[in-house]
Amino acid sequence: MLGEAEPQWLSEEVKTGTTIIAIEFNGGVVLGSDSRVSAGESVVNRVMNKLSPLHDKIYCALSGSAADAQTIAEVVNYQLDVHSMEIGEDPKVRSAATLVRNISYKYKEEMSAHLIVAGWDRKDGGQVFATLKGLLTRQPFAVGGSGSSYVYGFVDAEYRKGMSKEESQQFVVNTLALAMNRDGSSGGVAYLVTIDKHGTEEKVILGNDLPTFFDQ
Amino acid sequence: MEKHYTECKVKGVSTGTTILAAVFDGGVVIGSDSRASIGGEYVSSKTINKVIQVHDRIFCCIAGSLADAQAVTKTAKFHLSFHSVQMESPPLVIAAASVLKELCYNNKEELQAGFITAGWDKKKGPQVYVVALGGMLLSQPVTIGGSGSTYIYGYVDAKYKPNMTKEECQQFATNAIALAMGRDNVSGGVVHLVVITEKGVEHVVVPGDKLPKFNDE
Repeated sequence: MLGEAEPQWLSEEVKTGTTIIAIEFNGGVVLGSDSRVSAGESVVNRVMNKLSPLHDKIYCALSGSAADAQTIAEVVNYQLDVHSMEIGEDPKVRSAATLVRNISYKYKEEMSAHLIVAGWDRKDGGQVFATLKGLLTRQPFAVGGSGSSYVYGFVDAEYRKGMSKEESQQFVVNTLALAMNRDGSSGGVAYLVTIDKHGTEEKVILGNDLPTFFDQ
Repeated sequence: MEKHYTECKVKGVSTGTTILAAVFDGGVVIGSDSRASIGGEYVSSKTINKVIQVHDRIFCCIAGSLADAQAVTKTAKFHLSFHSVQMESPPLVIAAASVLKELCYNNKEELQAGFITAGWDKKKGPQVYVVALGGMLLSQPVTIGGSGSTYIYGYVDAKYKPNMTKEECQQFATNAIALAMGRDNVSGGVVHLVVITEKGVEHVVVPGDKLPKFNDE
């Protein structure tokens, strides 16, 4: 064919168009994400881990423009390292969330990324912060990304205070599976990170191990 | 301060709504919220009933432009009653759904309405059909529609089970619509439910104070 146009993904912005969730349980937090990165209609990475460490016991979940989100996470990672050296101990989760919020707010016109920050510190235990569009708010759980619209009803109905670690992990996996089934921009595998006072545990749940529902 | 009207993509009064229908063991439940709004800024009716009867055991729910939906259902009702006189028997649910589909497909340029049709007939028992915006007709065990439905896809996928009892299905429908009303600002009011079985038709209205509460309220 003469004069073939270049493939669409070369000219489209790369978005993480995603489903991310973080939830606080009795003694820590669980973060979860899918693994699809899309550029227009193409999936450019089907196994990206969108849970990025900001510090040993503080992680963030990325959504929106992939480049913006990754850059914010890297910059805050550096700022937190410096900060924790200055204070001589591990940083608070609220400090990490504040640093993320400061960048999101300052560059809110130019950037389009939403990061959920979650972690464990000695003072307040497990905490989840949402930083959408430059606000900072602590919540018992937070969902974000394009797939989150489809699961608002599910998380509203199913979330209970004071769940155990295993119940929270199951809740996160169920939510991710439901969102990945309905959102075209979410898919692949599910990544889970569990943070409590004993440490940080990363887990991958492959596609065929995800929970299935009545119509599958 | 200047007030401006946000651009309304749906002309005129929109039902900006949440509608749902589900099959249970022996019947169907079809339900909706009760809010009609203009451009998402003004609630023009708090108690509109979006569940319309098109025949004795066949109901449909409308989403989209209210005017289009009312016009189409009125026409469909007429076609169906004529059809049932000709056939000398009550119409099949799929007949009702097909009438709506023909109207939607043939007028797809002008219309902006989608339908869920649910009912019971002697041939296939309880059924749910969805007629989408362009005129596609599909049969499903459970289906949701309207602007509020986005928020409950996850809940419906997780909680619907085939062959539930009537009470379980009523609770499922009430919960799902209440959750959608909690997140969608153009859905609200009361929950209207219609339960259709071989024996007959039962209307249930769940007022605001009797709606299920979820832990953030």
